[in-house]
Amino acid sequence: MTTKRVKFTFVQGLIKEPVIWKLAKQFDVITNIRRADVTDDRGWVILEVDGDADEIERGLKWVEEQGVRVDPVYEDIVEG
Amino acid sequence: MSFAKNLRCRECGRVYPLDPVHVCEWCFGPLEVFYDYEALKGLVTRERIESGPPSMWRYADLLPADAETAVDIGTGYTPLIRAGNLGRLLGLEHLYIKNDCQNPTWSFKDRVVSVASTVARQFEFDTLACASTGNLANSVSAHAARAGMKACVFIPADLEQGKVIGSAVYNPTLVAVEGSYDEVNRLCSELGDKYPWAFVNINVRPYYAEGSKTLGYEVCEQLGWRAPDHCIVPLASGSLFTKIYKGIKELFWLGLVEWNATRMSGAQALGCSPIYDAYSRGSLNIRPQKPNTIAKSLAIGNPADGYYALKVMEHTGGAATAVTDDEVVDGIKLLAETEGIFAETAGGVVISGLRRLVQEGKVRKDEVVVAFITGAGLKTQEAVIPALAPALKIQATIDSFEEAVAARDLAAAGERR
Repeated sequence: MTTKRVKFTFVQGLIKEPVIWKLAKQFDVITNIRRADVTDDRGWVILEVDGDADEIERGLKWVEEQGVRVDPVYEDIVEG
Repeated sequence: MSFAKNLRCRECGRVYPLDPVHVCEWCFGPLEVFYDYEALKGLVTRERIESGPPSMWRYADLLPADAETAVDIGTGYTPLIRAGNLGRLLGLEHLYIKNDCQNPTWSFKDRVVSVASTVARQFEFDTLACASTGNLANSVSAHAARAGMKACVFIPADLEQGKVIGSAVYNPTLVAVEGSYDEVNRLCSELGDKYPWAFVNINVRPYYAEGSKTLGYEVCEQLGWRAPDHCIVPLASGSLFTKIYKGIKELFWLGLVEWNATRMSGAQALGCSPIYDAYSRGSLNIRPQKPNTIAKSLAIGNPADGYYALKVMEHTGGAATAVTDDEVVDGIKLLAETEGIFAETAGGVVISGLRRLVQEGKVRKDEVVVAFITGAGLKTQEAVIPALAPALKIQATIDSFEEAVAARDLAAAGERR
């Protein structure tokens, strides 16, 4: 089992899609939301995803294919 | 001695011991160093600071590490100069330049890395690591050398040569990563999880970031213990911006300066301006961008402290601006030609950004304005070479010299017509 901390950033149009529910339904992963901020036109969710490392990768790839930006929870690591 | 008390989550306020951790286990919010301000009050005086070393470690009481154990290569207490020529040109009566090009590896990053490397050694890490577009890599490599630690630095494969050499000379493990910016970022966050290294901008980030406060302290001290009216700061992750403000606030809490309602404004390059974009939308939420600008040291598409920078801007009545790459080059030249300071691209962003803010009426002409120049121009020579006049090539005779000067003047007059 692996745990991954990620941030999903949603743009307008995707906010009403139950992406996180579908992620847990279609892939063998457990999602646990820790912090979120959603408004009319955009939103972000910071969550923990538990599961087999490959399954998490597949799941997160699918989330990206839905148009959601997926980042490690640290945001940008590369600095000037 | 240090008066650092604990780490606190900037979101939920949970308290953590002073360990090498950087996110809250509960809400994943970023952690920040908190001090025993009650103990500091009365102890930290202007005289105590003034009797300290001529470096950033004169403010050791307000840093999360002790001066006695500091990994110090001579960082800080850089010049604050009155920029009369540039001020007149921009229409500002009291413009100052904080010239942080004069640090040991020629950028402000020495401030943050001096603290990070000191703390890393205290935590008994043997390797100092970072992911960087140049300045940070230079500083990490140098401080690791000084501290007797190993260094492992990751840079994008397309970096300017000056910045590559500026790391390589200290003999770190230098890794040039092929791939998109996002890929480099992802790789480094995964490495941070896997290797037991002090990744300065990951697991020791709360300590690292505190080093930037010293810019705020120094400016106030150098203005005769007075806070500026307006600071103009380059925006990358947003951390420097928020920490300069924290430094000014701390001096006020400690009774060392009067409250001056300092306004904090920031500048980005248009090719990577997620903080400016959010400011323009009147939002506190960052939309990540893919960087495409010559100002590589500011090219952070998803800035970790962007939200907090926007909050400071809103709170202080500051503004954000963004400039084109051509303006970046113009800004570098303008600072060099008026004040004799050769800044890297981030400095060009600040100077052209300041010009825009003045034109938009967001900086008043009678304010005490401090523009922060955070890195030296020799590192990013490629950016300005095409915009510079070539040398006059002559024979070793007076006639040849005078002919060449006359030809140049004639060409210049032609251009003016």
